[in-house]
Amino acid sequence: MDYITLIQLLDSTVRLATPLLLACLAGLFSERAGVFDIGLEGKMLAAAFFSAALASITGSVWLGLAAGIGASMVLSAVHGLASITFRGNQLISGVAINFLAAGMTVLIAQDWFAQGGRTPSLFGGARFEPITLPFAKAVEDVPFLGPLYEELISGHSILVYAAFLAVPLTWWILFRTRFGLRLRAVGENPAAVDTAGVSVVGLRYAAVGIAGLLCGVAGAYLSTALQAGFVKDMSAGRGFIALAALIFAKWRPWYALWATLLFGLFGALETRPDVIQSVIGIKVQGQLLGALPYLMTVVILAGFVGKAIPPRAGGEPYVKER
Amino acid sequence: MDVMPKWAEVILVPLISLLLAAILSALVILAIGEDPIAAVNLMVKGALGSTYGWGYTLYYATNFIFTGLAVAVAFHARLFNIGGEGQAMLGGLGVALAALYIPWPHWTLALIGAGTMAALFGAVWAAIPGWLQAKRGSHVVITTIMFNFIAAALLNYVLVNVMRPPGSMDPASARFPEAVHLPTLHELLAPLGIAFSKSAPANVSLLVAVAACVVIWMLIWRTRLGYEIRAYGHSQPAAKYAGISPVRITMVTMIISGALAGLMAINNVMGESERLVLNATEGAGFIGIAVALMGRSHPVGVFFAALLFGFLYQGGAELALWTSIPRELIVVIQALVILFTGALDNMVRMPLERLFLMFRRPGPPSPTPETEPKPGPRSAQSESAE
Repeated sequence: MDYITLIQLLDSTVRLATPLLLACLAGLFSERAGVFDIGLEGKMLAAAFFSAALASITGSVWLGLAAGIGASMVLSAVHGLASITFRGNQLISGVAINFLAAGMTVLIAQDWFAQGGRTPSLFGGARFEPITLPFAKAVEDVPFLGPLYEELISGHSILVYAAFLAVPLTWWILFRTRFGLRLRAVGENPAAVDTAGVSVVGLRYAAVGIAGLLCGVAGAYLSTALQAGFVKDMSAGRGFIALAALIFAKWRPWYALWATLLFGLFGALETRPDVIQSVIGIKVQGQLLGALPYLMTVVILAGFVGKAIPPRAGGEPYVKER
Repeated sequence: MDVMPKWAEVILVPLISLLLAAILSALVILAIGEDPIAAVNLMVKGALGSTYGWGYTLYYATNFIFTGLAVAVAFHARLFNIGGEGQAMLGGLGVALAALYIPWPHWTLALIGAGTMAALFGAVWAAIPGWLQAKRGSHVVITTIMFNFIAAALLNYVLVNVMRPPGSMDPASARFPEAVHLPTLHELLAPLGIAFSKSAPANVSLLVAVAACVVIWMLIWRTRLGYEIRAYGHSQPAAKYAGISPVRITMVTMIISGALAGLMAINNVMGESERLVLNATEGAGFIGIAVALMGRSHPVGVFFAALLFGFLYQGGAELALWTSIPRELIVVIQALVILFTGALDNMVRMPLERLFLMFRRPGPPSPTPETEPKPGPRSAQSESAE
């Protein structure tokens, strides 16, 4: 495998890791606050549809992004209502949200565009175009660093850069602000937070809201940057891979970056079986690569390679003592 | 406090939840410019108006009884088996192996043999997450989700690379031999002089599903093991104190649950397609969740909920055929049912409890002050009962 192939592979790794990273950080906020979220998939899917739909109708990708975030936040509100206000089962609520998104997106797409559950193809201002960073063309011919800068670092859509910036930002919010401390505390011991006079319900809604925002961006990226338009079930299990990455990352922001990049690499390799064969000399089945994130997560969960300990109050609705 | 009479608990709460889901579904149909009443008429006519419609409704219901029972059994031990889909896929693999590679003399023997294989494969696929939960403390919900994807990848590999007959482009196994053909309802009812549609896929598996309901009812409420499963679901510390092994109960429950989900394959793989195809389960494993929630984890409830979803499935297919409403409407209804009967259960329960409190006559204090916790993965329902 030559250098350019490697750069191309890493380039598509970054592209494929971006939605995983955003969804993984979404799950991170939610689960750190003690609200399990297996509805990441559904929120992403809803956001993907509404951003593509609005972008297609208005021609503005930014309005599309706003609509996608809005749709994802509405589903987050449903999740919050079920799991925080009415103290229902968070897992069942997540399952319901996934199905709601899977059904509603096709239903509305068929009603609005009548193209068999897809949106028209997006072009021009209705898509997030790649951004060429300064001097990218100028340094193209510099050996080694030139292609690295021109291919890998430059030439992504703005959402990719936003996703990568979200990692230090998440770390800073969670570990360096008062809000972050309280948010983590509410996922470990909500009773203590309540005793300190801080609203458990408020904090959890805030966390679920942030998760909605990030899933919204992830979905918008899928349909307006990675691809040009919405197709049925286009999230294709990415929400669950993000969930796997979250466990893999042991609920930590920087680890989440590495985990999603790793899973993104698997995705990139799936499309380039020739590369794997030339590197390790064996033909690896595409199905195995596709299943690898899930297999690795099971191994991690089993505690064979380091233990992943979830936030202690995760999944438990909080009931004030009377 | 026990504020609601039993009939309200068992019938009224699910009925109101269902009604809410139905109203929202009607609004969705209205919003996409169709007439909900006409849609319901079309669904009833398409699903129940002919023996052909009934044949499909019962075929789908058979799938959902198996997966619904699978989820329900796990709920009794307060385990959420979300992996019915993967377990049913593996069950399909078991059926295909048994049907293709063993020369069965008669369909009855084939049904027993293939059913055993289906249950075995499904059980193994559920036993691994069960073991990981019992021994390593990894959450069964996450592992079963992962196992669904691993099962899909495995089936994809097996069908494309191993079981596909040479020369075929279709990622599917070879057709099963004629000897393992399961009698359809048409063939079963014809000797009794009852005319039933020839082309509908409902088959003898329906009877197996009904038998499974009875067996599971016996198991849960009439055996020692069932008592242990329920005790473990109600209170893990108390069950442990009573000498019930958490590892054993978790494993056994997951194995029974997985076996039931796997057993679905005798209906869809052996009874209908008569070969193993990609995505043979068509999401039935997930519908099991809605069915178990609506049926309140009771075999009788599961049976009726499965019938309802069978009706919705067949009716939805008819809708997609004759109107511009896509099949995905059923997915929306399914989501709303899960949402209202599962996650938003307290939204219905809390006002109802208040209502019952208001009309209750002041009498002697109740001898049992504690609400009996309900089977199901809900937490904190006794605290909220005020």
